[in-house]
Amino acid sequence: MSGPAAKPEAVKLTIYVAGDAVNSAQAIVNLGAICREHLPDRHTIEIVDVFRHPDRALSDGVFLTPTLIRVAPLPQRRIVGTLRDTERVLRALDLGLAS
Amino acid sequence: MNVKPTKPATGLQKCTTGIEGFDAITAGGLPSGRTTLLVGGPGSGKTIFALKFLVHGAAIGDEPGLFVAFEESADRIVANAEGFGWNLAALRDKELIFIDAQPSPDLVQSGDFDLGGMLAVLGAQASKFGVRRIVLDALDVVLALLPDEAAKRRELYRLHAWLLEQELTCVITAKSGGDTGSPNREPSFSYLQFMVDCAVVLKHQVITGISQRNLRVQKYRGSSFDENESPFLIGKSGFEISVSQPLVSGMSNASKERVSSGVERLDTMLGGGYYRGACILITGFPGTAKTTLSGTFAEAACLREERTLFVSFDADSNEVVRDLTSVGIHLGPHLESGCLRMFSARTVTGSAESHLVRIKTLAMEHGTKCVVIDPVSTWTMAADRVSAHGMSERLIDWSKSEGITLFCTSQLDDQSSAQMLGTSLQVLTLADTWIHVDYLMQAGERNRSLSIIKSRGTAHSNQVRELILSDSGVTLADIYTAGGDVLMGTQRWEKERADLVAVEEAEIEGRLKRVRLDAEEAELEVRVKSLQTELVAKQVEKSLLARTTEKQQRRSDRGDNKMRELRGADPTDGEDK
Repeated sequence: MSGPAAKPEAVKLTIYVAGDAVNSAQAIVNLGAICREHLPDRHTIEIVDVFRHPDRALSDGVFLTPTLIRVAPLPQRRIVGTLRDTERVLRALDLGLAS
Repeated sequence: MNVKPTKPATGLQKCTTGIEGFDAITAGGLPSGRTTLLVGGPGSGKTIFALKFLVHGAAIGDEPGLFVAFEESADRIVANAEGFGWNLAALRDKELIFIDAQPSPDLVQSGDFDLGGMLAVLGAQASKFGVRRIVLDALDVVLALLPDEAAKRRELYRLHAWLLEQELTCVITAKSGGDTGSPNREPSFSYLQFMVDCAVVLKHQVITGISQRNLRVQKYRGSSFDENESPFLIGKSGFEISVSQPLVSGMSNASKERVSSGVERLDTMLGGGYYRGACILITGFPGTAKTTLSGTFAEAACLREERTLFVSFDADSNEVVRDLTSVGIHLGPHLESGCLRMFSARTVTGSAESHLVRIKTLAMEHGTKCVVIDPVSTWTMAADRVSAHGMSERLIDWSKSEGITLFCTSQLDDQSSAQMLGTSLQVLTLADTWIHVDYLMQAGERNRSLSIIKSRGTAHSNQVRELILSDSGVTLADIYTAGGDVLMGTQRWEKERADLVAVEEAEIEGRLKRVRLDAEEAELEVRVKSLQTELVAKQVEKSLLARTTEKQQRRSDRGDNKMRELRGADPTDGEDK
């Protein structure tokens, strides 16, 4: 499913965080850095606080925080954790960006 | 549901689970507002226990419940529990909320994470539905995702703190390593065990090829509980725990009423029959008419129109009926009328414990007054010694509390000696009446004998009787002792006949003697008569002789006088010549 590198498609990401928990904050920072470096101008990030929107967490089946979901392109990919290992995150996002 | 209400005096509120046996073990159920850990191996019944806890709360206790499924999907859990008659479909999404929380298999981890999402979801659902009870099923699945011990502990602590804050009564189930039932291999579990207020261990073992399930309460803060393992069964209505109910006074009202054994002479030997509600045990080697005695008892009960349950562990029901017909016991009509119910346990596999539960269920359904179990030994053999003991105890306690007359037979094998009677069947010494049937090998014959080993509270005969089976049923005959030997069978018959002949002979001899005496008497009488006649004749002769003598005397006197007169020289009245 990895799109051809020549024509980059838009990537829609949603990250679920638990309020101001440390690992959630770290995940937001790490995700920002990864996207800036590897997905410039072709990504959108939505941040969902599960404590404020538990219904979203339930409907999306998010029980661990932080959780990153690649909403588009389909199929969905899920990564949990602080996303500190960039290489691993890129592999898991499966966008043909991993070296 | 004979569960005692929660005692406020203890300070600890309890939450009934609806699992009767468990509520009895813990004197009221799980700690309310606290967390309980349920540990067990695969297939040990954790999910069913947890689900029953929620169903009970929702249906009876008016406490909505939340079921978080970490391993199996909620739909499958609901489908699997369909057979228990809990009507989950009606409760679902109203009083019973299911949440699917299985981690997706292709989940990628990178760095630290926590259960914040779960707590957020649970919190929202709990307040939305007013949830009071919560089950976290297979929490170990989620814990396994966490990277290290520290993280696991941290998350458990977070979870526990949250549960306490929400004042939810929680059941956490977790798998234990292997079949050992010991969760200690996983350090986080041991932490969990220290953390929770109540811990229950479920075990599913196979002992000599027979499955055996046990439940044990490991800890219960602030409450007393039964510390022993209690066998349980996953049966028709879900989770069934057999608890040995202590015999509280008043629970069993000792009846003075007697019930017939179906053998008239045996009733006499027992001073009127068995006590109603008693436990009767018949022991004996194979073929000593144990089943026949069971049959006479069952028939007698049916003739009194008492509902009877006949459980056979050896033979098929039809075979039992046919075989008993040959000795004049007709169970067929009672079977048709529904008074008698037969259950062949041989055709049903399962642990000894499951048989007990099945027998109880059958008996309750049938409204049974008398239960026959033939033979109980096959059954207890299926269990190991400890559980066999507990099981027999529970069987007897149950029958006593229900006022059911329990009739058990127990087979001894060839190796069993008199000692075996005391040891392997030690449990059965709980029986009120114990009758032993035996063979006596003598003079090329095997003959059956019956003796009463004990019979509580009844005067009973100390005599061994010969047990005779015939077309017309069971009879007990006196046995003879001759020269220190006990005579039975043909020898007894011979002895009986010899006795009869001897009596006849004596009678004839007596008659003969009388005849002879009569003859002698008659003869003597005749002789007396003839002698009397002779006597009379003699007397006559004698008097005749006297007269003649006198006459002669006189004549000669006269002659003398004449001579003197003629001579004139002597006085005329001279004395001699």
